[in-house]
Amino acid sequence: MSTQEAAIVGLTHHGSEDTGLGNRGPQSKSIVVPFGFWLFVLSDMVIFSALFATYASLVHATDGGPTTNELFDRGLVAVETVALLLSSFVCGLAMITAKRANMAWTQLWLVLTGVLGLVFLFIELYEFSSMIAEGAGPQRSAFLSAFFTLVGCHGLHVTCGLLWLGTMMAQIWSKGFQQHIIRRLLCFSIFWHALDIIWVAIFTIVYLIGTLT
Amino acid sequence: MFGRLTWSAIPFDQPIPLITSLVVMLALGGLAFWVWRKGWWPYLWHEYITSTDHKKIGIMYIVLGLLMLVRGFADAIMMRAQQSLAIGASQGYLPPEHYNQIFSAHGTIMIFFVAMPLVIGFMNFVVPLQLGVRDVAFPTLNNVSFWLSASGALLVNLSLVLGEFARTGWLAFPPLSEKAFSPGVGVDYYLVALQISGVGTVLTGVNFVTTILKIRAPGMSYLRMPVFCWTALASNLLIIAAFPVLTVSLALLMLDRYLGFHFFTNDGGGNSMLYMNLIWVWGHPEVYILVLPAFGIYSEVAATFSGKPLFGYRSMVFATLFICIVSFMVWLHHFFTMGAGADVNAVFGIASMIIGIPTGVKIYNWLFTMYGGRVRFTVPVHYLIGFMLLFVGGGLTGVLLAIPPVDFVVHNSLFLVAHFHHVIIPGVVFAIMAGYTYWFPKAFGFTLDERLGKAVFWCWFIGFNLAFMPLYVLGFWGATRRLQHISDPSWAPWLNTAFVGAAIIGLGIVLTVVQLLYSIKTRDQRRDVSGDPWDGRTLEWLTLSPPPHYNFAVLPDVHGEEAYWTRKQTAIREEKLIAEPDYQPIEMPVNTPTGVVVAFFATVCGFAIIWYIWWLAILGLIGAFAIFVWYAWRDEHEHIIPVEEVMANARERRRIRMEHLHTVSQST
Repeated sequence: MSTQEAAIVGLTHHGSEDTGLGNRGPQSKSIVVPFGFWLFVLSDMVIFSALFATYASLVHATDGGPTTNELFDRGLVAVETVALLLSSFVCGLAMITAKRANMAWTQLWLVLTGVLGLVFLFIELYEFSSMIAEGAGPQRSAFLSAFFTLVGCHGLHVTCGLLWLGTMMAQIWSKGFQQHIIRRLLCFSIFWHALDIIWVAIFTIVYLIGTLT
Repeated sequence: MFGRLTWSAIPFDQPIPLITSLVVMLALGGLAFWVWRKGWWPYLWHEYITSTDHKKIGIMYIVLGLLMLVRGFADAIMMRAQQSLAIGASQGYLPPEHYNQIFSAHGTIMIFFVAMPLVIGFMNFVVPLQLGVRDVAFPTLNNVSFWLSASGALLVNLSLVLGEFARTGWLAFPPLSEKAFSPGVGVDYYLVALQISGVGTVLTGVNFVTTILKIRAPGMSYLRMPVFCWTALASNLLIIAAFPVLTVSLALLMLDRYLGFHFFTNDGGGNSMLYMNLIWVWGHPEVYILVLPAFGIYSEVAATFSGKPLFGYRSMVFATLFICIVSFMVWLHHFFTMGAGADVNAVFGIASMIIGIPTGVKIYNWLFTMYGGRVRFTVPVHYLIGFMLLFVGGGLTGVLLAIPPVDFVVHNSLFLVAHFHHVIIPGVVFAIMAGYTYWFPKAFGFTLDERLGKAVFWCWFIGFNLAFMPLYVLGFWGATRRLQHISDPSWAPWLNTAFVGAAIIGLGIVLTVVQLLYSIKTRDQRRDVSGDPWDGRTLEWLTLSPPPHYNFAVLPDVHGEEAYWTRKQTAIREEKLIAEPDYQPIEMPVNTPTGVVVAFFATVCGFAIIWYIWWLAILGLIGAFAIFVWYAWRDEHEHIIPVEEVMANARERRRIRMEHLHTVSQST
């Protein structure tokens, strides 16, 4: 990005693209905004790490109720996982087309991102409701409280992400590919990929380890 | 329709909270009316409430903190009065259920709504100025953060008149804080208020880490940053890493209370010690979130008023970051009595002692900064010396408590209460008072009255010693904390001494108000025309007092440590300023009501959750989302300050500087 361009997008302080030790002064918004958003995602990761720690310390506190082996179904979770990972891949495609300012393809990929996210969410809700119907709801035992909170918190993030996605699509549609909107889309994609990372940990720690015999 | 909220929520049968809240509401209403009569609302709305200027937001944080200090102190003096009165046959004037609310509110308010806003307020005001830039990375987010903190403070105070506050202590330990044992709204007020203000704090952390790492004046490399910026960086890194854990612990407790989950309950496999671990993983770093910026303030004060560069700058930076990391490895010392075993306790005990070492390094650095310097005994230096004298003692009792066998003896006793007040009052409160005196002229263009300032210092210093040293003695004798009634009459003299101490601190707070009013009245005698009243060394003293909205007409070029001092000395030596730079128009972010509107909806939503008014909670969430979308749709992000205005301001400043330069040159 040229200095001219950086000044247009740029921070109120005439931004520079220098990533070094600050020799050239404040950096441009295209660096500052994603950096700040990464820090926010980091704080979100801390939330999940506290929830993982809670889950790990309560996983055996079943209070005579159902255990991980009796509840989890690897097949269902596999479908869920594929949907979420594909959704992230498609989100990446949307980013590429957005950088080329291609409205039709960007919107299409974003719709697909959202649909795959919804598929994930519906499978999760189906799993939750069938567990509750079996009497294995979050009030049953400390283990189930921890399970529903950890997985549910991820699900809540996906829900918020979908809400954000819808808003972003409307915004791109009405305002076009302006610099600050591209930056927001970049932040959304960081968020969406971060949810994948967390899901991989959930998949491993909750479902894979939970179904080892 | 209104959930649990009925007329019985208003405490008609309890005169103390009822009359207090009536008086406060009348005072606030009167103030609002007076401001309206004066026609100042538009000014407040444009210059403060919707401002994205880091200086204005910092001032609002500090006002919030000082107001809440009065509330927190009122709780403190009530507790001291109760413990002085309720000895032997007497029951005092506070029934247990009310007394328990007061000590819970005191701790919650002092940490979350006094210390945090004050520390964040100073970071807001000072950090961008010291870094030589025009604002923080995300100015609107900064405004949102402030209003979310204010929203939390409002909810805590609302509990005075509607319902009750928690009776569980400032960290609401389960199982006492569970629904089964605390069915009222008190704990819900606590949880919701802290969740809302906690979101604001995390956003502040993100904002400031980004600012310090990415937005600095040209040439301001990491090891040229003033120590206050380093401590602010460490503190905000801790916020990002620790506050989410607080969010989780409180959220899990909410799930227990609202939806019948079993995280910390006695039944269903719940484990209340899990809460202790989670909350202290936040709670111990929180201590350093508060005290590191305070150390930063002391560093600035020590260097400026000794007329010397800070001794051991690099060791100071290293010690700060060492504390930043090790503060996450000591949380278990808050509950050695959990019974994790000798090995675990030993590890955490040793880690707790080790963290005292970098703090010791800092103390020596301040001492050596003063050694051989021309120390000016101003008010901030009084606080600095008072701090060093007292803090070492508080640190030593901390090392004592870090020995698990000793901790078993004095756990939860007044000895502990004395210890943490012994570190936090000299450590944080003295620093805040020093910083308040030090940066006040930068914010408002005139200094505070020196004589009254010293009187305030002596009130705090003497009052603190009288109020807390007796508690060490009582703690050794076995007095546990949070006693509503004292059965041993031989403790009376010590408790009465503590009451007198608290009253003297109270006098200090009254004198602070007097000092402010008197200083405003006589401001013309103490105008800061030069922008540099203390012969400062860092960049905030380069600009005018108060600084223009954009801080610097041209971002300063930094060559070496102590950016401003070097520049000033060159100017004095050469008897001329640097060549006039090429002024440009400046882009600044526009004001926005987003923060205050979001906080309004957060307050509504929080209030509804506390009282189980679900439709209102949903309405609040929708409102908050709507305002975000509205904000995202705006087209105007920045306004341009024309070059003529920038140039006029800058030339005026240069004229003043030249005059000042001549005076300085003639006197040397």
